[in-house]
Amino acid sequence: MTNTMNSPETEVAVSISVDGQAVSVPEGSTILDACTAAGIDTPTICYGPNLTPVNACRVCVVELEGSRTLVPSCSREVEPDMVVQTDSDRVKHSRKMVLEFLGSGVDLSQADDLNAWSEHYGADPNRYGPDAETMNEPVKIEDDLYIRDYDKCVLCYKCVSACGDDAQHTFAISMTGRGFGARIATEFDGVLPDSACVYCGNCVAVCPTNALQFKTEFDLRQAANWRPEDQSVTTTICSYCGVGCNLELHTQDERIVKVTSPDDHSVTWGNLCIKGRFGWQYVHGDSDGD
Amino acid sequence: MFGAGGGTSSYKEIEETNLIVLWGSNARNAHPIFFHHLLKGIDNGAKMYAVDPRRTSSAKFADTWLGLNLGSDVALANGIGREIIAAGLVNEAFVAHSSQGFDEYKESVEKYTLEYTSQLTGLPPEAIQELAHDYATAETAQILWTLGITEHHNAVDNVLALCNLALLTGHIGKWGSGLVPLRGQNNVQGGGDMGALPNKLPGFQNVNDDAARGKFEAKYGVQLNPEPGLHLTLMFEAMERGEIKAAYVLGENPADSEADILHARKLLEGLDLLVVQDIFMTRTAELADVVLPASVAWAESDGTATSSERRVQRIRAAVPPPGEARHDIDILFDLAKRMGHDWGTPDPEQLWDELRDLSPMHQGMSWERLEQTGGLQWPCPSLDHPGSPFLHGWLYEDDLGGRDPAPFSPVVAQGPKEELTDEFPLRLTTGRALDSYNTGVQSGGFNSPIRYGDALDMHPADAERLGLADGDQALVSSPRGSVEMRIRIDSSLVEGLTFTTFHFPDLVDANVLTSDAWDKKSGTAEFKAASIRVEPLVAARG
Amino acid sequence: MADLHFTDATATSGEVEAVNLVLGDNVAVTTETERLVRGGTSRRKGLRHLLLPALHALQKESGWISPGGLNHVSEMLQVPPAEAYGVASFYEMFRVDEAPGHDDDVAHVCVDPSCRIDGADELIASLEAEGKHVHRSPCLGQCERPPAVFIQGRRKADSVPADEEPFTLPQAGDPSLSLLKRIGVVDPMSLDSYREHGGYDALTKALDMGADAVLDELVASGLSGRGGAAFPTGFKWRSVRDAEGNDKHIVANCDESEPGTFKDRHLMEHDPFALVESMTIAAVTTGATNGWIYIRGEYPLATGRLENAIAQARDAGLLGDDVAGSGHAFHLEVRRGAGAYICGEETALFASLEGFRGEPRNKPPYPTTNGLFDQPTAINNPETLLNVLPILLGGADAYRALGTEGSPGTRLFCLSGRVANPGLYEHGFGATLGEIIDAAGGAQGDIAAVLLGGAAGSFVTADSLDLPLTLEATREAGTTLGSGVVVVFNSDDNMVDVCERITEFFKNESCGQCVPCRVGAVRQHEMIVTLGTKPMAQEQRDLHEDMVQVMADASICGLGHTAASAIKSALALGIIGADSQ
Ligand SMILES: Cc1cc2nc3c(=O)[nH]c(=O)nc-3n(C[C@H](O)[C@H](O)[C@H](O)COP(=O)(O)O)c2cc1C
Ligand code: SF4
Ligand code: SF4
Ligand code: SF4
Ligand code: FES
Repeated sequence: MTNTMNSPETEVAVSISVDGQAVSVPEGSTILDACTAAGIDTPTICYGPNLTPVNACRVCVVELEGSRTLVPSCSREVEPDMVVQTDSDRVKHSRKMVLEFLGSGVDLSQADDLNAWSEHYGADPNRYGPDAETMNEPVKIEDDLYIRDYDKCVLCYKCVSACGDDAQHTFAISMTGRGFGARIATEFDGVLPDSACVYCGNCVAVCPTNALQFKTEFDLRQAANWRPEDQSVTTTICSYCGVGCNLELHTQDERIVKVTSPDDHSVTWGNLCIKGRFGWQYVHGDSDGD
Repeated sequence: MFGAGGGTSSYKEIEETNLIVLWGSNARNAHPIFFHHLLKGIDNGAKMYAVDPRRTSSAKFADTWLGLNLGSDVALANGIGREIIAAGLVNEAFVAHSSQGFDEYKESVEKYTLEYTSQLTGLPPEAIQELAHDYATAETAQILWTLGITEHHNAVDNVLALCNLALLTGHIGKWGSGLVPLRGQNNVQGGGDMGALPNKLPGFQNVNDDAARGKFEAKYGVQLNPEPGLHLTLMFEAMERGEIKAAYVLGENPADSEADILHARKLLEGLDLLVVQDIFMTRTAELADVVLPASVAWAESDGTATSSERRVQRIRAAVPPPGEARHDIDILFDLAKRMGHDWGTPDPEQLWDELRDLSPMHQGMSWERLEQTGGLQWPCPSLDHPGSPFLHGWLYEDDLGGRDPAPFSPVVAQGPKEELTDEFPLRLTTGRALDSYNTGVQSGGFNSPIRYGDALDMHPADAERLGLADGDQALVSSPRGSVEMRIRIDSSLVEGLTFTTFHFPDLVDANVLTSDAWDKKSGTAEFKAASIRVEPLVAARG
Repeated sequence: MADLHFTDATATSGEVEAVNLVLGDNVAVTTETERLVRGGTSRRKGLRHLLLPALHALQKESGWISPGGLNHVSEMLQVPPAEAYGVASFYEMFRVDEAPGHDDDVAHVCVDPSCRIDGADELIASLEAEGKHVHRSPCLGQCERPPAVFIQGRRKADSVPADEEPFTLPQAGDPSLSLLKRIGVVDPMSLDSYREHGGYDALTKALDMGADAVLDELVASGLSGRGGAAFPTGFKWRSVRDAEGNDKHIVANCDESEPGTFKDRHLMEHDPFALVESMTIAAVTTGATNGWIYIRGEYPLATGRLENAIAQARDAGLLGDDVAGSGHAFHLEVRRGAGAYICGEETALFASLEGFRGEPRNKPPYPTTNGLFDQPTAINNPETLLNVLPILLGGADAYRALGTEGSPGTRLFCLSGRVANPGLYEHGFGATLGEIIDAAGGAQGDIAAVLLGGAAGSFVTADSLDLPLTLEATREAGTTLGSGVVVVFNSDDNMVDVCERITEFFKNESCGQCVPCRVGAVRQHEMIVTLGTKPMAQEQRDLHEDMVQVMADASICGLGHTAASAIKSALALGIIGADSQ
């Protein structure tokens, strides 16, 4: 009899060239993985380490020899002997334009990563003039747990994937409408407490622009008292059920201000439930709960 | 299960298994992040059965839901076992090599024909047959359960009946197959690891095993009582007989959480001395002679916790404790000092190393390794051991290494202790809501938009017969007492079965109703099956 | 599978009936006894493709996708309501708003170039004056008879008023042609009539030859796709035949929505059996057992005739478990789109048919290995498919006698706009633009511009009348044949308005998925609206160039890649934005 101690995994390596440098990565890796392995920093927006790539934002595109168009590095799997350029004029142009397009229609004021990349590539959203159409959405405050500010939404699908197939399987929200009118919404754009939402906050955790924001953070920002530089993060284990979820407690002034979970831990892969995500308030004796 | 009390499998395995049998568990609500792993398994093509008297939110993900009669779990398991044998689907090689007692088992299940099992469970015979065949022929299969199996008066029998099925088919001891009890509460597993069981020393070493006990006696220089102690239910019985006169309760709230709550409270009140150490002024604390305010064990102190996949992970302090609250350890050590024992001031890591010294299964888990690996799964006997993703791999070794083959444990089906009567004609079972936890002392701290509160869920036909509509108030009585509850109509319930959560004792004392029958082997009470009567409260209709 | 959660809204009995009629026994959760319920992920996934037909039923019944109706569909198919709403709100023909007018028929009036320059505004004004519910529609595929209207009926069949008029096609029934020879001659409702005109001879021959010989013949013929991308058909079919999978599909892409295109409509309306036969040949050749005709929702006549053709072919044993006694199984079904140009893009079409939003996905993987339901799929344009019949009957050599080395055979051209006899024309590849316009009776007035290949194509001027219309020559000239669109404009036409509309078309029709196209299409539209009749400053030209490049380089699909090409040509040729307008 055979004793299989572990799931069988066979790893075949694939070699490709990135910016002239030979890189070897396991079969099934993406070009983005190869870039990371080669020490090349790549901007991403819609990519998430635990999400199936939707390759919608196109900011991660690279030039692939033999391909008419640029290809999204986050989703394109490596094939032997691919030749990839990540810093050609074409690549820089597309990255700049994607960031510029987003900046021209979306409030990126709290999207620090994107702003850094915009600066890096010289994106200038003002080129489209003051009358350029924007998302133009009011903040939705519908409960005490998190807010939705779709003025800041880049329609990256991450929240939809996290709420759907990739983690939570609740499907409370979907991409709706079409074209520039597309929006993330519940059915008939109803309020969240009337929807299927179970307040796991997994969508909030993956949002790259702070369009989805924990209410604690929103309130502190409103009070001009959100100070990331004064915050620290402690990893511990959730105090509720026995699954053993890792929690990252973000604290400011000795109070918990938000809870996340590590993306790379095999128990949660960054996801939590309502108790782990929001059930910490008793620590501070805030029993304004019902 | 054959020794150490822990789930056999890693979460990752359910993502790769072929068949999932979720039995008496609403993991979608009670273990949401474990359920993510289960969902990956389904997305990867696993077939899923849900065996549960209620079509729970978990059962809604299943290919097939089997709504067995409340408390007929052993009957179903025995019926499945008999069918596997009758159909010639037994894993003969495994049974011959790795198990013992097959013949007795075979004989014990002989009478559980599909027809008889169908009578006991209320399930169609073909459905039982289908599950039996699917389970036996699946390449890998897992059975998972929670309180739906263990909160019965015959809890241990229920578990053994499921273990028998795994032995029959060899669905244990290999990657992807296993028996997985999901732990209901943070660190219940860890409590067991540390010996917080009446018959165990840390590391699941038996109190009555002289060699094991000897190690502890040598280390601490004291004699230890070789007799197993009392579990919770027996403690209450001992209080009743006046044999227990004092109790020291740490971080538990039995005055709200025990079955047949009125009786339990009376017994607590009758003690000569009740000491409660807790972070909240719970109902139990209100009854206490002395309350020792602890700090929040969580978020304010350091240590470890063990998860349902036997993974020991670090707990870390993030904020300082409030006011005069103190760490549990400090309180205990002070107490010891007052009693004449100076245990010094060890930090959590030193305490952990003390455990590693005495518990072989924890030996390899140095603090440093726990930090680096994000947690290790016991047994992990040495510093170079990677930890154990699943248990009982030895069953598949050619040489069992001197161990006894795993025993079949014939068990007999018994229904719930509390029979339905004309006076109390409805079944009541209990469970958890997603956003709340136990008696609600922690989860009450935030405003959940999906919180519904405790209500009595019932089938539309039952409600109609009683003249009740959704939202009505009703008087709900069991042989032990009565409470007022709101009615919620739920067409996914089977007629005759009612359901409630137990998170809001301040509003609804649901455990007033629950049964005091309990399992002699494990000491858990039968929260899952009481008999009740429901009467409309006309005034509340408005 | 999801935690389904429904609002309190309930469906009307009419909605329940209408939806259940479409679904029949196909429900995702069944209660076998009070204690035995079956459902689960694989069943739910297997039924998802019924979402679009169910939404059509709701729309017809209630004039919109009501919350109660959506709840019912979601429950029957176990599709989360948010997702079902996401799908419904994607399509033009489904209303999801509560505004009044649900009880009205909706008159969809085309506002795209050919109709725009020929009476669309006047028609809209008069219909609105009559109190009709008017919806400004992108191209309705009736460009040869402007202005085009399509009536979406409430609780009655959809219709196209022009279908009541006697139909004329200048070349109809010309026996020397290979694609149009049966048009107007054969009875489109009769299998017998089709057989009398040589119908099903090609299938018989294909079965005699065997799949390998059929593939060899197709490759030798040099047939390439007529849907826009001109991919060699023989290679596509061979890839599907070689791909692993035991549930292969044949899809006819009958979404025909490229502005200026109406060729497939004529083929389907007047020679529907030919499409069924050619798909059957594709099936026996590639080993596919399922076929789907995905037709745009605005083609009621063609839909009805195809459904009739399928029923007759099935009754005659030419479809079903044993096609013509060959032992091959082939099941064919018609599915209607619901108003979305992007659903003509092959991967978007798959998503739409599967019951998801019609969002394209990145390629690779290609449809030949990962197509409909993730299975190997041959997807072709109807014109491409119909070419297979003469190739098999006459052989590759005879087929190659027409056309050029690089573009063998004949091609359908959709002529509209300022020509004397607008309509559908078949010409051997290689005829020049001028010849083709002359064959349609010549241009009316001075040619100011010709739109080649549709909105996704590009403008040329009278300077290009000598351009041979082959794949190679148009590519060299930096333009495209696309789907065979030739729209002629004269000097009286308002080209600024036409260009503005083209940008609006892409703004409306972008699926919205990828940033370059979603935002680029809007910025281009804003730019052209702002420009008006003014000369364009160099800075703005540079900006447009920047947009063209990112859209072509980084968009996911062909819509984004080409959404700026017509404007780019218009700017380059001075059709708009020139210094002296
Ligand atoms: C935006 C867009 C719309 C399209 N619309 C159609 C269409 O309506 N009909 C069609 O046959 N092909 C259309 N195509 C091309 C299809 O993606 C695909 O290439 C074609 O159906 C393949 O068939 P063929 O090889 O026979 O041309 C479209 C492509 C794009 C990018
Ligand atoms: S909180 Fe959770 S359930 Fe709610 S929308 Fe976000 S991901 Fe979905
Ligand atoms: S809300 Fe956030 S996560 Fe969701 S699509 Fe918008 S930007 Fe992405
Ligand atoms: S290019 Fe346009 S139509 Fe195509 S996927 Fe992107 S947004 Fe959608
Ligand atoms: S990160 Fe690759 S397309 Fe968005």
